[in-house]
Amino acid sequence: MACLVRSWIPLLFLQSFLVAIAFGSNEGEEFSEELLLKPLPDRKVLAHFHFENRAPPSNSHGRNHHLFPKAISQLVQKFRVKEMELSFTQGRWNHEHWGGFDPLSSMNAKPVGVELWAVFDVPQSQVDISWKNLTHALSGLFCASINFLESSTSYAAPTWGFGTNSDKLRYGSLPREAVCTENLTPWLKLLPCRDKDGISALMNRPSVYRGFYHSQRLHLSTVESGQEGLGSGIVLEQTLTVVIQPETTSVETNMQPSWSLSSLFGRKVVGSCVLAKSSNVYLQLEGRLGHESKNVDTEIEAHKLWMNSDFDLSLKPDRVIRESSSLLFIFDIDKSSDSEPFDLGLTWKLPSKWSCEQAPLHASRFLMGSGNERGAIAILLKATESQEKLSGRNLTTDGRCTIKANIFQIFPWYIKVYYHTLQIFVDQQQKTDSEVLKKINVSPSTDKVSSGMLEMMLELPCEVKSAAISIEYDKGFLHIDEYPPDANQGFDIPSALISFPSHHASLDFQEELSKSPLLSSFKEKSLVRSYTEVLLVPLTTPDFSMPYNVITITCTIFALYFGSLLNVLRRRIGEEERFLKSQGKKRGGLKQLLSRLTAKIRGRPIEAPSSESPAAESSFLSSKLIFKIILVAGAAAAWQYFSTDK
Amino acid sequence: MAHHCCSRFLDLSRFRVLKGNQVISCADILSAMLLRGIGQKLQMAYGLNARLLGFLKSSRDKVILPCGDIAALVYLWNPFTIVSCVGLSTSPIENLAVVLALFGAVTRRVPLAAFGFVMATHLSLYPATLAIPIIIILGYGLDAPPIKLFLQTRSVENEKSSTSTVSKQAKSKQTTHLPFLWKTVAHFLFWVLLWSLYVLVLCALSLNKYGGLEEMFKRTYGFILSIEDLSPNIGVFWYFFAEVFDFFRNFFLIVFHVNVLFMLLPLVIRLKHRPCFLAFVYLAISSILKSYPSVGDSALYLSLWALFVNELIDMKFSFFLFCGYLGISLLSPVMHNLWIWRGTGNANFYFGNAIGYACFQIVFVVESVSAMLNHDRALRRSSSNHGEVKS
Repeated sequence: MACLVRSWIPLLFLQSFLVAIAFGSNEGEEFSEELLLKPLPDRKVLAHFHFENRAPPSNSHGRNHHLFPKAISQLVQKFRVKEMELSFTQGRWNHEHWGGFDPLSSMNAKPVGVELWAVFDVPQSQVDISWKNLTHALSGLFCASINFLESSTSYAAPTWGFGTNSDKLRYGSLPREAVCTENLTPWLKLLPCRDKDGISALMNRPSVYRGFYHSQRLHLSTVESGQEGLGSGIVLEQTLTVVIQPETTSVETNMQPSWSLSSLFGRKVVGSCVLAKSSNVYLQLEGRLGHESKNVDTEIEAHKLWMNSDFDLSLKPDRVIRESSSLLFIFDIDKSSDSEPFDLGLTWKLPSKWSCEQAPLHASRFLMGSGNERGAIAILLKATESQEKLSGRNLTTDGRCTIKANIFQIFPWYIKVYYHTLQIFVDQQQKTDSEVLKKINVSPSTDKVSSGMLEMMLELPCEVKSAAISIEYDKGFLHIDEYPPDANQGFDIPSALISFPSHHASLDFQEELSKSPLLSSFKEKSLVRSYTEVLLVPLTTPDFSMPYNVITITCTIFALYFGSLLNVLRRRIGEEERFLKSQGKKRGGLKQLLSRLTAKIRGRPIEAPSSESPAAESSFLSSKLIFKIILVAGAAAAWQYFSTDK
Repeated sequence: MAHHCCSRFLDLSRFRVLKGNQVISCADILSAMLLRGIGQKLQMAYGLNARLLGFLKSSRDKVILPCGDIAALVYLWNPFTIVSCVGLSTSPIENLAVVLALFGAVTRRVPLAAFGFVMATHLSLYPATLAIPIIIILGYGLDAPPIKLFLQTRSVENEKSSTSTVSKQAKSKQTTHLPFLWKTVAHFLFWVLLWSLYVLVLCALSLNKYGGLEEMFKRTYGFILSIEDLSPNIGVFWYFFAEVFDFFRNFFLIVFHVNVLFMLLPLVIRLKHRPCFLAFVYLAISSILKSYPSVGDSALYLSLWALFVNELIDMKFSFFLFCGYLGISLLSPVMHNLWIWRGTGNANFYFGNAIGYACFQIVFVVESVSAMLNHDRALRRSSSNHGEVKS
C-alpha cells in the first residue's frame, strides 16, 4: 500500500503541474494562428501566414513563459525595445498585379534582403549602443549577418520620412543578404508548435522557397499596461507571405488556375495547434461583389456564395464576410482530424478577371550615366489607374487637390551624393523646389563614418501623370579590404521607401471581429508604402593581386628620391676639398680633424699632408677610440638600466 | 575643401563654365605678374653679383636672360596651368598665395610675405616648409654665389663695390659671415603671428556653430595628413594606401610624411646662399610627396624653375625630362579614361603612369639641384682662375 501511495504522489504532482500550465496559459498569454489565401489576378496565389503571440503585462522579472518565446522577451527586456520589425525577403513584390493599396501589401511588401527597424525606450545617448547590441543578438538568433548593420555606415535615424515619428528610431537594411531555410528554422522555433502541428505544418521548405516572393517578418511591440508597478506586455507578430504559382493542367490561357492546399504546399493541415487560441484559414476573393446579392442572411444565399457558377470551394466556409470590394470566407480548422484533413481547394469554372487596388503612384528607381566616376539616381513616380486615388485626396488651403508622397532613401558613403543637384520634374517639366517640395531633410554622409540620408515630402497635383526626381553622385574609391569577395559585381544601394502620408489602407468589414488578430490588424488604418528596386552600382576596383608590388614599387621610388638627392648634396669635387684642406692647414686642430673625419666617412683615400705630425694622428686615433669606448659604455649603461627596470 | 584638388582633365563641357571662374583666371594672371616681379629682382641680383665677381667681364659672350618674363610665360602657357584653371581646381589660388609670399620676401615687404605665407599654409599646409627660405631671404638677402667667393675675390683684387648691399655689409663687418638681419626676421615672425591669429579668429567665428577650430583642423589638416580619400590623382599615395595592409598604414603614413621633412635640413645647409632656389626645391619636393598632388602644383614649381634659367642653363637630361613630362601629360588622361570610363584598362595602367610621373619629377629636382651646385662650382673655379690671372 505504501508502495502504491509512493508511486501515486509524483503522478499527482505532475497532474497538478499540468493543470497549472493549462490554466496559466489561459490567464494571459495567447497564441493564434491564421492563414490568408488570396488568388491574385496574374494566376498566382498568395498565402499569408500570421501568428500572433501575446504576453500580458506582468511585474515579475525573469518571468516564466508558457507560450511566449523566452529569447524574444529577454531581447525586449535587455535592449528596452519599444517596437521592432525584422523582415527577410526574397523576390520583388509586384505592385501592379498583387496590389499596393491594401493593408496586406503595405505591411508585407518588403525590400529584398534583410530590413530591420527598431524604436528604443532608452535615453537618446544610448540608442546607438542598444541598436548595435540588438543587431548582434538578432544575428545570432536568426543565423543571418544582421550584425553588419552594427556599423554606423549602414544604418540611419529617420526623422519623419519613415512614417514613424520618433527620435529613437533606427533603420537599416542589407539588400544583398541571401534568405533561405536557415533563417526560417529559427523563426519557426519561436512558434509554440513549430512546424509540427497546425497551420505552420504547411510550410514545406521546397514549396515555400519555390515561390515568386517570400517574405518572413517578425514584428514586436510592447504594450504599456498603464498600471503602476506593472511591466509592459509584448505582442509578437510573425508573418510569412508567399506568392506561389499553382501548377495547372488547364489549356485555357485565360482561365484562372484551380488549386488546393495540398497542390500548393504538398501538405495538408491535420488539426490545429493545440496551444493556439484560435486557428483559422481565410480565403479572400477580390472584386466579386458586383453581381452578388446584398444580403447573405439565408442559408441558400450563403451557399450560393461559395458554390456558384464561377467557382467552387471544396469545403463549406464557417462564415462569409463581405468587405467593400471583396469577399472573405472563414474556415475553422479545429474540426479537421487525421481521417479528415483540412484541404481547402478552389476550382474555377469560368474565366474570371479582376484587378487589385493600387497605390496612387507607382514608384521605380534607376541609375543614369556611365563610367565609374559619376552617375545619377532617378526615382520615377507614375500615376496608376487607381480609383482609390480620390479617397486620399486632400485639398490645400487654396483649394488645390494634391497627393503627398514621402521619399526616404539611404545612401551608403561611397555614393557621394551632391544634394544641390536635386532636380524634380513633374510631367516632364522641371519644377523649382518651392513648387512641389514641401519638406526636406538631408543628412550628408561622412566617408567611412556614416551613411547619408534623404527624406523629402513632395506635394504633387492630383492630375499628375509622372514625377521624376534625379540626384547626381560621385563614386567613392575604397580600400582593398572594404570590397566584398566578388567586388566586380558591384554594390547594392538599399531600396527607397515611398509612402503616402495622406493615404491609409484598411479593410472595412461590416461585422465586428474582435477575435481574429489578423483581421483586426487589417481593419486598422495602415500607411500606404511601397519600396523601390535595389540598385546595383559598379565601383572601380583596384588590382586585388597587387599589394606587394605596389608597396615595393612605391618604396623604390622613395628610395630613388632620397638616395639620389642626398648623393647630389654631399658630392664634392677635388678642388673644394683642396680648398678645405688649405683652410685646415691654416687653422689646424679641430677643423683638420673634421675634414679627415668627413673624408673617412666618404671612404675616399686622403693624401696625408706632409705637415701632419704623427702626434696628431695618434691623438686623432685616441679620440676615435675614446668616442667608441664612450659609445659602448653608454649603450651598456642604457641596456643595464632598461633591463633592471623590468 | 581647398586642398582637395585632383587632377582634372580637359573636358569640353567644362568650357562653358570657364566664363564663371574669373577668380581662378585672375589668380593665375596675378601669379604670373608677381613671378615676373620676382624674376626681375633675381635678374638684377644675378647681374650685380656677376659684375662683382668680375665674371661678366671675363665672359662677354654670356648674356643674362630675362628670367622674370620667361617664368611668367612658362606659368601662363604651361598646359598644366591651363588644365587646372579649366578644371576649376583650387590650386591656382594656393599657387597665388605661395607666389605672394615669395614676392613679399624678395621685395622685402614683410607684412605681404607673412600674409602670403600664412594663407598658403592655411590653404594647403605643405607651404609651411617655405618658412625657412623666406627667413633666409629676409635675413641674408637674395640668391648669390657663396660668400666665400666674394671674400676670395676681394682678398685678391682689393676692390670694393658700393652698390651691393651684400658686399657693403660684408665689407663693413669684415667677417667671413654675412650679418643676419634679426630685426627683419623678428618683424616677419611678428607679422606671421598676427596674420595667423587673424585667420584663426575669422575661422573660429565662422565655424562657431560647426564644431569650431578643432573640427576644422581635423577636417582639413587631418584630412591631408591621414590620406583618407583614395580617389585617383596624379600622385602615388592613393593607390598605395588603397592597397597597403591596414596594420601598416600608420607606419607608412609616418614614413612618407617624414620624408618631406627629412630633406629640409641637408638642403638648407647646402643651398643657404640661394634661398629662392631653395624655395623652388621645397615646393617641388612637396608637390611630389604631397598627399593629394595635382598638376597645378607642377605648374608652380616649373615656372619657379624658369626663374633660374641663367644658372641652370646647362642642366643635364633636359630633353629627356621634357619628353617625359610631355608623354605623361598625354598618356595619363588616356589611361584614366581607359580605366574609369571604358573599363578596358585596370588601375595598374594609371598607377604606372603616376609612378612614371613621380620618377620624372624626382629626376627633375635632383638634376636641378645638381646643376645649381655645379654652377656654383664653375663660378668658384672661374673666379679663382680669374683671380690667379689678375694677381
